[in-house]
Amino acid sequence: MSYEELLTETALSDDRFIVMTAENRALVRNIPAKLGNRFIDTGITEQTMVGAAAGLALRGRIPVIHALASFLSMRAFEFVRTDAGIPNLPVKLSSFIPGFLSDGNGPTHQALEDISLMRGIPNITVFAPADEDDLVKMLPQIWNHPNPSYVRINTRKTDYQHTPFEWGKAEIIAKGDDVTILTYGLLFEQALIATDILKKEGLSVGLINIRSLKPIDERAILEATRDSSLTVTLEDHFLTGGLYSIVAELLLKHGLTANILPIALNEKWFKPSLLPNVLEYEGFTGKQIAEKILGYKTFYKQPEISIPQFSE
Amino acid sequence: MQFTTTHINQLEATALNVREHIIKMSTDGGCFVGASLSAADLIVYLYSDFLNINKNNLDDPNRDYLFLSKGHDVPALYGTFAELGLLEKERLKNHLSVNDHIYWHPNTKIPGIEFHSGSLGHLPSVAIGVAMDIKIKGGTNKVVCIMGDGELNEGTCWEAVLVANAYKLDNLIFVIDRNQFQANMATEDLVPLEPLYDKFTAFGAAVKRINGHSFEALHEAFSAYPFQTSKLNVVIADTVRGRGLPSIESRADRWFCNFTSSEVEDLLKELHGEHLTQLTSETLVVR
Repeated sequence: MSYEELLTETALSDDRFIVMTAENRALVRNIPAKLGNRFIDTGITEQTMVGAAAGLALRGRIPVIHALASFLSMRAFEFVRTDAGIPNLPVKLSSFIPGFLSDGNGPTHQALEDISLMRGIPNITVFAPADEDDLVKMLPQIWNHPNPSYVRINTRKTDYQHTPFEWGKAEIIAKGDDVTILTYGLLFEQALIATDILKKEGLSVGLINIRSLKPIDERAILEATRDSSLTVTLEDHFLTGGLYSIVAELLLKHGLTANILPIALNEKWFKPSLLPNVLEYEGFTGKQIAEKILGYKTFYKQPEISIPQFSE
Repeated sequence: MQFTTTHINQLEATALNVREHIIKMSTDGGCFVGASLSAADLIVYLYSDFLNINKNNLDDPNRDYLFLSKGHDVPALYGTFAELGLLEKERLKNHLSVNDHIYWHPNTKIPGIEFHSGSLGHLPSVAIGVAMDIKIKGGTNKVVCIMGDGELNEGTCWEAVLVANAYKLDNLIFVIDRNQFQANMATEDLVPLEPLYDKFTAFGAAVKRINGHSFEALHEAFSAYPFQTSKLNVVIADTVRGRGLPSIESRADRWFCNFTSSEVEDLLKELHGEHLTQLTSETLVVR
């Protein structure tokens, strides 16, 4: 089932649902004809759309709202925080082309701080599916939960069949003594490739599809850091504020430490190009990830948060 | 500058070359062809005749400025830069390569591009800042900001008009590429903009509405700059999305195009007046 089919089915069976977009129709192409006046396109007005979604939610509706990730999470940020976060209204954000998925668009369209921003808003829940199968498995619970939500929409098809989604739980793909990769979103595909390479090198490798960034599965992460010699946080997000930060906060909260290798974008935007070229150029292919892990020697050495002098 | 028939022919020849560059960039990943073609004549006219910007004066604080706010029409700017000597023509082949800086939205690594864009409704305000400083310093440079009509959905565009009016920025010109379409549909079918002339006038601007594909009309309008003392200048340039390629002109489903190489060959012939192109590549790849 596709994202659009699931949304259509959900909205047709429950008339509380309203589908909204700020003129981003890629995910909802056929919905206007199906939903009639429960489809609302506000034009290129992300802030107004979020405010209107709050108004609809005040009246008992569940608005599922669409825009490009960078504009939904950043341009409309204060509207999300103030109009959906403060009153804890069930406004459901579907963010299109987050992270590396914005491929050739350039830094204006690169949402690489969205996890950081959205999880910082009280009441808002945050999710990042590995692929379309993972996405459609998690959305029913997200949409029926009373809180507002932010979902990094990822409709890429893979052959992987995910386990059913459990609220607040990560999907533990494998456990390993030597290394465990924690990841979310489209990099799950690359992590699977990296895992295979590392296994061939004789390592015992774990892999966790985080799925839910907030609430976070504390137990899964703490067990991985306890049972593996090395834990890798792999994400198409800035180093600051995403999964690496979440793991760091969690370890500190429990008075623990661990060997962590973060793979993320450290104070930089990525080179705009088509997705396969982006992954290769930035060092995020499965093979490159495996090489980084194999080359990791220095325990307890964490990266500097660099302050580079450059402009895009 | 003498606005002779010879000169008009030169501008038209340049614009035709720019359109060729745009079409050649619409494959191997594609680009926003329609919006680039609608803005091509405007951009060629402004750099050729109106703006004091060339490869030798980019560091001169007294030169003029052009801000491309709609952003996704940047292939028209790359093409114009290539024709006017600001960018090597060979580099256009690097579109979307990780080894260059030529991609779907503008960035300042290309000399001559003033500011990155792609998030709509940002550059009207950046242009205001530049125009304000020019006013403070008593300069005579002109500041142009090209905006899309769909972009006018964003509230910040209208805040910018109010603020430009408050600060009497008659050195600033907002040019609207009024091609009647936004990503998915006609502007008037979604969030209607008309009567657009009256809206800008009511917000305090001095407005001209012209045919954005006529170099005579562009010349006549911009020759009248500043349109009125102490008022923001606005030019609504009526254009056709996809101008030059009847196969895609004003088609809602041809916004972002990633044509096959054989389609590109046919579209280049179509540009030069031959038969329409049979398009079979995927449509509605909406970004």
